[in-house]
Amino acid sequence: MHSMMKPEPVSTKFFTPGVIILTILAINGLVFLGLRFFFGLGAVTNLDNQFPWGIWIAVDVAAGVALAAGGFTTAALGHIMHQEDYHVVIRPALLTAMLGYTFVAFAVFIDLGRWYFIWHPLIMWNGNSALFEVGLCVMAYMTVLYIEFLPIITERFMNRVNLRGIFSRFNRPLDNFLHKLDRGLSKTMFVFIILGVVLSCLHQSSLGTLMVIAGAKIHPLWQTPILPLLFLLSAIALGFPMVIFESILSSRSFGLKPEMDVLSKLARYIGPLLGIYLAFKIGDMVIRGTYIYLTEFTTESLMFSIELLFGFIIPLRMLFSRKVLNSPRLLFFASVLVIFGVLLNRINNFLIAYTPLYPTTQYFPSFGELSVTAGFVAFEVLCFRFFVKNFPIISLPQKGITPQAKYAIKGVQP
Amino acid sequence: MAKPSRRDFLKQSLAIGGMLTLGNSDPVQAGPENILSEDRMGVLVDTTVCVGCRRCEYACKKAHDLPTSELETYADQSVFEEMRRPDVNALTVVNAFGNLKNPEMPYMVKVQCMHCNHPACVSACIVGAFTKQANGSVIWDTDKCIGCRYCMVACPFQVPVFEYHKALNPKIKKCDFCFERTQQGQIPACVEICPMEALTYGRFYELNKLAHDKIEDEPDRYVDHIYGGSEVGGTSWIYLAGTEFGDLGFPELGNNPAPGVSEAIQHGVFAYFIPPISFYALLGGVMWLNKNSKKSEQESANA
Repeated sequence: MHSMMKPEPVSTKFFTPGVIILTILAINGLVFLGLRFFFGLGAVTNLDNQFPWGIWIAVDVAAGVALAAGGFTTAALGHIMHQEDYHVVIRPALLTAMLGYTFVAFAVFIDLGRWYFIWHPLIMWNGNSALFEVGLCVMAYMTVLYIEFLPIITERFMNRVNLRGIFSRFNRPLDNFLHKLDRGLSKTMFVFIILGVVLSCLHQSSLGTLMVIAGAKIHPLWQTPILPLLFLLSAIALGFPMVIFESILSSRSFGLKPEMDVLSKLARYIGPLLGIYLAFKIGDMVIRGTYIYLTEFTTESLMFSIELLFGFIIPLRMLFSRKVLNSPRLLFFASVLVIFGVLLNRINNFLIAYTPLYPTTQYFPSFGELSVTAGFVAFEVLCFRFFVKNFPIISLPQKGITPQAKYAIKGVQP
Repeated sequence: MAKPSRRDFLKQSLAIGGMLTLGNSDPVQAGPENILSEDRMGVLVDTTVCVGCRRCEYACKKAHDLPTSELETYADQSVFEEMRRPDVNALTVVNAFGNLKNPEMPYMVKVQCMHCNHPACVSACIVGAFTKQANGSVIWDTDKCIGCRYCMVACPFQVPVFEYHKALNPKIKKCDFCFERTQQGQIPACVEICPMEALTYGRFYELNKLAHDKIEDEPDRYVDHIYGGSEVGGTSWIYLAGTEFGDLGFPELGNNPAPGVSEAIQHGVFAYFIPPISFYALLGGVMWLNKNSKKSEQESANA
């Protein structure tokens, strides 16, 4: 590949004021996590028999999976559609997805009443259960993400293995092994890339199927048999905004120039993708006549309107404007709106829309639940920073190669 | 435009769900491997007979080794001031509802698991910890459960409860239709203790017939509806009442099995793994084509 951009470890200071705040949040979350394991879910959460699922499922798991959609959407665009221009965003998106799914798995683990039986779905199967499918697909996709990430690890350590002392004799065999692994991976990677996209589509949609069985407990503004399709379409639409958000943010954080030429091209896809989602969502509402629930003023109708207007319709309009596509600030803002929209959609689907048959209380997350969720997010950002600083993830401009030189090699006039 | 009722909604849902799967799975048959034998048992609850002595609550706790006070304390009627739901220490509870015809005699309604013919919990459970037994009971297996609480999300009657305050080995709890007792030839503890014979245990088809006969014999006493006869595809426990079931805390549910739509979608997406495998092949083809076209583009550019 002729490239003037090459992924390299970023060398800036690790500890900044922001990092210290994140560390405090992460430790605070850990404290409540400890309480959960010593005294049970009831001690830390506001969950009860009316509201069996709270923000750990709605935000950490359901929204977490959607927010990691950048991984499979960029893989599909860059590798399957073979658009090489987008290769610079694939590695950061892959890292986000890998960390995202790892924390989704953590969140499931801590939310399970019997966490030590988390491996049960591997051998105890129930093909009727949407949750079973989500569980197995997430486990499989996580493995695929780790495999997709392996070449970055081999690239980092190949020819650089340098163990000290008595371990030094392993340097050579280890390096040989890395070379072999790297060669093997590059030959078979396409298998995993396609598998990753298939698995993603399967469980992104099955997350939507989860609430179908709750029937009338879910408000009709959200409850529909096409929920799986809506979850899949919104996840696909969220992939690129997530990549743009994280690319612009890390450029700022590491003092680099945003890769606007790639990002604005990527952003052109978002408008149509949002449009497809909206067409299905609004079409479904019209066919089943659920729009009549918008005429009454309730928490549900209010939250639904906020979700649809700010999370989907406004960014849709924005992303069809050339001005927005070319301005880092406006593009960042539009991406944040889409992220907000899908996040709110997942919270609405799992919490706001859920009304128990015999409600005596309202669910609101406890301080402990919020702490753990905030701690997870903080810890994830710290991990991202660690990887970016130690592994070749973010593409940096190479010294000594000008754009002209690049095109000259290709033999195409600029 | 009139608001669509929940029933309409479910009907439409089923229709669209069916369309999604190209009609290759009948939602009713798609249910879990239920053994709906002719011999399955049930209980007929006649709410017009129940006096609210709450002895069933006591017997249930005794039969399930739950902490309980002496039987005499159950005469306390003050608990009826609030509507109660089954809990980790009470798998069945009796609630009182105002009677307009005779305010002195409130309607008493016993609540416990309905033991659905097509249980949502059985369909939803990620590890298959819930099973529907040949005698009609829906029971839970402590060796499988991982504590995800999806059964609680799925249950159309809001019955399963969870021991939130146990750090180790918390259980999902619900009425098990006294599975152990009935296996040993005994009848359910609550039925056995009931002094008014408000509860009748027997073969489901006989109970159903009995319920119809009762309504026919005393049309003034009962509303012409057997709750559980057709709700969510039928339940093992069925109810008779002197007033509309909606006034007695019963949810208004359609006649389609609760897991129908969800299972139709699942089985449609995974029909013999054909859709995922075709999708994989399609993506592989697209990838190969794109790679080749890029290659030939580059070759012609270099030539």
